[in-house]
Amino acid sequence: MKGADVLAMLHALLAQGVQMTVILLLAPLLTGYVRKVKARLQRRRGPDLVQPYRDLRRLLGKEAVIADNASWLFRVAPYFVFAATWVAAALIPTFAANLMFSWSGDLIAITALLGSARFALALAGMDIGTAFGGIGASREVMIASIAEPAMLMIVFSVALIAGSTQLSTVAEYMLSGAAGIRVSLAMALIALLVVAIAENGRVPVDNPATHLELTMVHEAMVLEYSGRHLAMIEWAASLKLMLYISMIACIFIPIGLAGDTNSPLGNAVGVTSWIAKMAVLGAALGVAETAVAKMRVFRVPNYLGAALMLGLLGVLLLFVSQGM
Amino acid sequence: MIGQLAAVVPAFIVLGVVGIVTARVQAGRVLVYGGSLVLCAVLLGGGLAALTGDIQRIVLPIGIPWVGGHLRLDALSGFFLALIGLGGGGASLFALGYGQSEHHPGRVLPFFPAFLAGMTLVILADDAFLFLFGWELMSLSSWALVMAHQDEATAPSAPQPGYVYLLMATFSGLTLLLAFGLLAGAGGGLAFDNMRLHAAGPGVTAGAFVLALIGAGSKAGLVPLHVWLPLAHPAAPSHVSALMSGVMTKVAVYGFVRIVFDLLAPQPWWTATLVLVAGGITAVLGVLQAVLERDLKRLLAYSTVENIGIIFVGLGMALAFRLNGFAAGAALAITAALFHAFNHTLFKSLLFFGAGAVLNATGRRDMETMGGLIHRMPVTAFFFLAGCMAVSALPPLNGFASEWLTFQAVLLRPQLPQWGLKLMFPVDGALLALAAALAAACFVRAYGAAFLGRPRTPAAEQATEVDHWSLTAMGGFALLCLLAGIFPGAVIDALAPVSQAMTGARMPVQLADPWLTIAPIAASRSSYNGLLVFSFIAVSMLLTIAAVHRVSRGIRRSPPWDCGFPQAAPDTQYSATSFQQPIRRVFGVIFRVRDSVDMPAPGERRAASITQRRWDPIWDPLYAPIAGLVSWIAERMNVLQFLTIRSYLSFVFGALVVLLLTLALWQ
Repeated sequence: MKGADVLAMLHALLAQGVQMTVILLLAPLLTGYVRKVKARLQRRRGPDLVQPYRDLRRLLGKEAVIADNASWLFRVAPYFVFAATWVAAALIPTFAANLMFSWSGDLIAITALLGSARFALALAGMDIGTAFGGIGASREVMIASIAEPAMLMIVFSVALIAGSTQLSTVAEYMLSGAAGIRVSLAMALIALLVVAIAENGRVPVDNPATHLELTMVHEAMVLEYSGRHLAMIEWAASLKLMLYISMIACIFIPIGLAGDTNSPLGNAVGVTSWIAKMAVLGAALGVAETAVAKMRVFRVPNYLGAALMLGLLGVLLLFVSQGM
Repeated sequence: MIGQLAAVVPAFIVLGVVGIVTARVQAGRVLVYGGSLVLCAVLLGGGLAALTGDIQRIVLPIGIPWVGGHLRLDALSGFFLALIGLGGGGASLFALGYGQSEHHPGRVLPFFPAFLAGMTLVILADDAFLFLFGWELMSLSSWALVMAHQDEATAPSAPQPGYVYLLMATFSGLTLLLAFGLLAGAGGGLAFDNMRLHAAGPGVTAGAFVLALIGAGSKAGLVPLHVWLPLAHPAAPSHVSALMSGVMTKVAVYGFVRIVFDLLAPQPWWTATLVLVAGGITAVLGVLQAVLERDLKRLLAYSTVENIGIIFVGLGMALAFRLNGFAAGAALAITAALFHAFNHTLFKSLLFFGAGAVLNATGRRDMETMGGLIHRMPVTAFFFLAGCMAVSALPPLNGFASEWLTFQAVLLRPQLPQWGLKLMFPVDGALLALAAALAAACFVRAYGAAFLGRPRTPAAEQATEVDHWSLTAMGGFALLCLLAGIFPGAVIDALAPVSQAMTGARMPVQLADPWLTIAPIAASRSSYNGLLVFSFIAVSMLLTIAAVHRVSRGIRRSPPWDCGFPQAAPDTQYSATSFQQPIRRVFGVIFRVRDSVDMPAPGERRAASITQRRWDPIWDPLYAPIAGLVSWIAERMNVLQFLTIRSYLSFVFGALVVLLLTLALWQ
């Protein structure tokens, strides 16, 4: 290998490493930001933007109290959930497309990686053998059993339009403007927003701020966790929110996304536009959560079923006609 | 090499005879299962060699006079022989330990090798006679194995597994017989080579296709012909269940592929649509019934139905691409289907072994009586978890790799001119996505109820880990699941000769990529690297653990928190039935699920009870009327049993006259 090749490879590796680190470090900030927006809309002052970091530090420093009959699975699951979510997040083009490992998994793989994380967490919820863990796990898989096919239908729509399931290629195609305005793309966007809200356990599907409420899902599942394990799960949840918002941004508003990491100007534009998009979409999430009320758990399937049908309709349209 | 492989069939029969003689002694078990293990290794080696080797033929002086016994070994049969070798070898290894607890070895030992012999013969056969002979041998020996534990079976009112299985097996053999009859034509060339050359008309081709789909589909478990499968597969001893689910259904898939892709002339487009419709419905219906099932082994059998649906969707897509002259797409679709067949053999065998281990340790199949087994059987629990993740199509294990390929085939979206196909592609894509998500829910529930939580019965509390043979078999399959998941390119490349022979094209070489990334069409279109995903997860997990453990203060054990109200009774934890309640409510429409709660009034001292009624969308509208009709006719015909000898003689005479008349008119 020549010196230039080695340098290029190191550069690519560095860019990928920076992407992974940045998304990891900024994820709690996004969570804090959404909380702040919601608090301001409700005329509260709300906690600091950096409060999630303080929470994480406090949890990490604390002793982890686990149940007597917890198995190894209970202790390993938080790390697995964190790692799988992080790897999925690493595959998302945040500020630049075509990063070094972007081809190691496509949109289907990202969906399935999040599925792996959920599988582990749902199992951990059942490990202690308490009613709360079971109810959370049971509802989580019920929601996932509709949200995941809906997500795959969205992936299909986007992939059929862009001719690829690789997120980088999709983003570049969307950036080129060749997609134009399509009915199926609009359907996919609506469906993706619905799925993203359900997958992240936000209002109206679940409420990340509640505790001890019979309709809750995610918080019930992780009720037995404390200390560092809980920190890992919270961090993974922030990462997942970041992942979904970045995914929506890179598919539907890829403006400013750098094609590669070779030009410093491109990178600067990429990072700035990414942060701006996070700010806008995060604020939109806060507004949406404030505006609607949480729905009963058995209304959720209807809500997600609509997303599934929209996604399927989009795919059907694409199969029937090229131009839709 | 075909000679050696052909010799395996009589060698299995000899082992069966040895099994009859030595059933009462311990050495018999070792001899039969050890011998089967060796023979399966031969099959595996020979099958793998045949994948890349030339076509070999041999004609034996057995079978029908003037036809002889034609045997043939090509890439397709090589692949399926390797599957038999793998699945059969694993089952033999498992049975070396598991068979110790068998109460009636005389009912199992003679038939186990005969079952393997039948399957091997089906794959090697190159004429209709030997094929059907092997098919029936496979059916009958597996029927005997299903009957082995008949005396401890379910309530007498429930459908008897052995009876239903025998009926359906006969039916499937009959339809295949008719299919071959149509293929052979008036000339009666029973050898497959004659059928390949014999150009049948479109009507005959379509008829033979439908018969082959019914015959092979009912053996594989295609809806609506699957009803016997969830009854029969769990009723057999667990290593046989693994063999039936993991391998015998694949032999049925082989039969379908052999007839439809190899022997038949190109078919009209609606045949592909038929396969796509049947496959999609099978996948979703199978997994939905699995979610609702309480019996661990029946749950696994329903999951087999689901996976057969996925395989048939792949085959249907391959047919659709092939008849439209899109060879690259057909290659991708058939590779995806066969890859999934391979994966299913691995993880379903593993899961049935796990269920067998649990059955041995606790004596239970009902998940509501298990719980907490991860503490009592840690190694089994670990391997079973790997199987659960593989069957749920979660990366980085193998189930995901083949489902990913299937999705890629859906996304090819060539401009298919037929509307039926155009609509079925996206619909099947959605059905497969739904099935994959429900499979994950199903196996979270199965694993959570059986292995996690607290033990629900003393039997589960006192379970002990199983023997080393069983654990080795499970561990081997778990490792293979991981390897096939992180090196999918190796399997895809190995399948290339099969796809070349069946569709006239192959997928691009995958192992040439320096990072071992698989890219079905082009890297810019879609690519997946199981190895990188696996290593990334492993490395980031280890790094996180190391980092977190530096700052954290260790752990402390205490009673469960449970919001301050931990309940001591194990009944208070979520059960398998309560776990599926939300899914039952959402998808229960299909099964018309009715829960009725009988709550005693205040002051009454009887216990409250909940009863659940479920309507089977296939059995109740389709099979129940047929069964009713048959018994109605049988009752009417009962009169014929009490006639005089004169009436019987006149019946015989009348039948003879009618036959002769028909013959005379025919000529």
